[in-house]
Amino acid sequence: MNVQLYVWQRLTAALMAPLVIVHLAVIFYATRQGMTAADILSRTQGSPAWAAFYGIFVAAAAIHASIGVRNILSEWSALSERRAGLCAIVLGAALALLGFRAITALVLT
Amino acid sequence: MSEAISELSVSLWRGGREGRFETYTVPRRQSQTVLDVVSFVQRHIDPTLSYRFACRVGVCGSCAMTVNGKPRWTCRTHVSKVVAKPVGGRLEIGPLENLPVIKDLTTDMAEFFEKWQAAKGVFAPSRTRRDAIAQIRPDTPARAAANAAIECINCGVCYAGCDTVRWNSSYLGPAALTRAWTLVNDERDGGNAARLQAVAAAGGCHACHSHQSCQELCPQALNPTAAIAGLKRRTAAAYLKGEIKT
Repeated sequence: MNVQLYVWQRLTAALMAPLVIVHLAVIFYATRQGMTAADILSRTQGSPAWAAFYGIFVAAAAIHASIGVRNILSEWSALSERRAGLCAIVLGAALALLGFRAITALVLT
Repeated sequence: MSEAISELSVSLWRGGREGRFETYTVPRRQSQTVLDVVSFVQRHIDPTLSYRFACRVGVCGSCAMTVNGKPRWTCRTHVSKVVAKPVGGRLEIGPLENLPVIKDLTTDMAEFFEKWQAAKGVFAPSRTRRDAIAQIRPDTPARAAANAAIECINCGVCYAGCDTVRWNSSYLGPAALTRAWTLVNDERDGGNAARLQAVAAAGGCHACHSHQSCQELCPQALNPTAAIAGLKRRTAAAYLKGEIKT
């Protein structure tokens, strides 16, 4: 890992720390209140705040996880740094795609 | 030399990269060091045994070996410290790990010192002999941080015990990075731009996982993990300010 990847990974970690806490709090609140999927969707659909919250979360998670996986692959597998990097980009793109697709379903539909 | 109090069975690595442990019986003595055991085998049992030492007092850093699975400086490691039982204990001595074995207990330290150079571990003077001698206050934070590697004897124990070196052959290693951190904090040094650039690249300080084996194993009780953490902070700040590139 070089300094650029290090800074991105630490910044996205710092960004995600409060987001994870809010995310967990929302899960606890929704389950303890016995909210149904329809109840949740009625609050999230059309909400720019939830779109921004989870949009930032997905972007940060995709970047953070792909840098970590790149590191694991380059240290623990026979892949070269370049190939490990390519695999990590594919993983990051997949995470971002799945995440943004879920946000679209949560907020837009 | 003190009288033998019993006998000790010791297994020594024989051969190069491919080889085997061979067992020898040596006299067990009071205050005996691991280096004493190796020297006894070489002088009295098998003169073809290869190993490296010089000062025998923990200054030169040349006698490090793997002792019962851990890298140690053998001249300052008493047998009683590593062999639990006074009689019938196990002593297994091999070459340092993470370095190519030349023969028996000697390793090729070239890559260790090449990485020391790659981390810009050489002092870069910023004054000439015609300038006044730099006045460095001993109580400044930078001067205290510069202590990081001053007592390093380059024995290679931290390098041999480092998991990251084992996994990542391009990693510069604890000793080289600690030396770099000392120079980063040396107010007289003028080579920091190149040094920060060197340690911020792939294989530099950011590859460290902070396992702290170096800190635990360092015979001089230095803390390379803390020095590397300092480099991580300093290079990240320099990168964000645009002072170094990737």
